[in-house]
Amino acid sequence: MKKIDVEINGKRISKEIPDHTLLSDFLRNILNLTGTHIGCDTSQCGACVVHVNGRSIKSCTAFATDLNGSKITTIEGLAKNGKMHPMQEAFKKMHGLQCGFCTPGMVMSAIDLLKNKKNPSDKEIRDWLEGNICRCTGYQNIVAAVKEAASKM
Amino acid sequence: MKTFNYHSAKDVKEASKLASSSSAFLAGGMTTIPSMKLGLATYKNIIDIKGIKKLSGIKVSGKAVTIGATTKHAEVANSKEIKKAIPSLAALAEGIGDPQVRNRGTIGGSIANNDPAADYPSACIALNAVIHTNSRKIDAEKFFKGMFETVLKSGEIIEAIEFQVPQKSNYQKFPNPASRYAIVGVYVAKHKNGINVAVTGAKSCVYNDKDLAKTLSSNFSAASINNVRVSSSGMNSDIHASAEYRANMVKVFAKKAVEAC
Ligand SMILES: Cc1cc2nc3c(=O)[nH]c(=O)nc-3n(C[C@H](O)[C@H](O)[C@H](O)COP(=O)(O)OP(=O)(O)OC[C@H]3O[C@@H](n4cnc5c(N)ncnc54)[C@H](O)[C@@H]3O)c2cc1C
Ligand code: FES
Ligand code: FES
Repeated sequence: MKKIDVEINGKRISKEIPDHTLLSDFLRNILNLTGTHIGCDTSQCGACVVHVNGRSIKSCTAFATDLNGSKITTIEGLAKNGKMHPMQEAFKKMHGLQCGFCTPGMVMSAIDLLKNKKNPSDKEIRDWLEGNICRCTGYQNIVAAVKEAASKM
Repeated sequence: MKTFNYHSAKDVKEASKLASSSSAFLAGGMTTIPSMKLGLATYKNIIDIKGIKKLSGIKVSGKAVTIGATTKHAEVANSKEIKKAIPSLAALAEGIGDPQVRNRGTIGGSIANNDPAADYPSACIALNAVIHTNSRKIDAEKFFKGMFETVLKSGEIIEAIEFQVPQKSNYQKFPNPASRYAIVGVYVAKHKNGINVAVTGAKSCVYNDKDLAKTLSSNFSAASINNVRVSSSGMNSDIHASAEYRANMVKVFAKKAVEAC
């Protein structure tokens, strides 16, 4: 067991957890933050993407113990005072989701893209979302949503 | 996942001392964690080396680019200094996996793992790299032994990789559409003292194609490659590509790399 202190969505959290706890399991099973999804066993689908110290990572492929002292943001941490984040708004407006399973990861990954590139091209958006798989939309509206968000952020 | 003990090592000496036949070092974890999740590997001890300051960072001098073992792919891809000194190396890092893999995965982990389809081993061969460990310096040509095998001993830690700055170089790969690992990748580098054509993805281990290198030494042009025969013997054959297809791709991507040099 290891004690970890992290800040999650602005709240300080201190917990004693088994050494082998994945960040995704820590979020979902221990903190009940089930907005972060698990879609695969092979680190390839991106449904589990969260931000650690401002950068996007796959929470299914990191040990929570390893992230002691970090600042973590999950999909639950994006809305402010009941108002959705512009990226969430854009996904809603442009129909960037169908079943919604991939959406938390898509949104978290896309926000990281806009931190580095204010107005990405279609190709840059598609390249960046390489690690986020969607089985429903065919990606067209996801790209449109990221562009819409870029124009608002 | 099976339980294990997690240690965060404060220096190389401690990390090396903790190592055993049932331990793994944890750098980016992008290979170790998926293989533990799938039950392909189990360890009693996981030794995190990310906190060791000395292992991370980028140094560029006129003749060499030296990259610390725990430097992440994203740091190499975005380094202004590397983009200037060896643009093909920054581009290679930018082409690894996806942004989240690049935000965690490290150069040391990639070459220690020596996946037959990994990108960095080809850079090591093409750019006459020297692998600095906690006990010795190893030439890249001697470092990669076979599929997922290197000459590293138990407890030996890669500290940094020193690349020779070439006159010209380029890396081209045919990426697996799902993972971006190389189905075939060819790294061509022209140095003052010779040419290397490093090939990854095609065989069980990265190699320097001496025939292609010799041809390019007498005539550095894509057209000269047309006359070289690349044999399919010993090449990988799987659902993605047959051995014959890979052999042809080695030529195709070598030509692309030469053209882009
Ligand atoms: C979805 C996905 C896509 C990927 N796509 C690509 C791709 O397109 N191209 C590519 O090349 N790679 C790809 N990778 C692999 C990735 O680039 C990682 O670099 C690689 O997995 C290993 O690096 P790591 O830092 O994560 O190592 P870890 O997983 O932490 O460690 C791997 C092994 O290396 C050993 N090790 C780590 N650091 C050291 C050190 N300093 N000294 C000695 N031993 C050490 C560990 O003991 C362990 O056995 C992909 C991975 C994933 C999950
Ligand atoms: S759950 Fe698929 S990448 Fe994390
Ligand atoms: S909306 Fe269903 S997986 Fe993307």
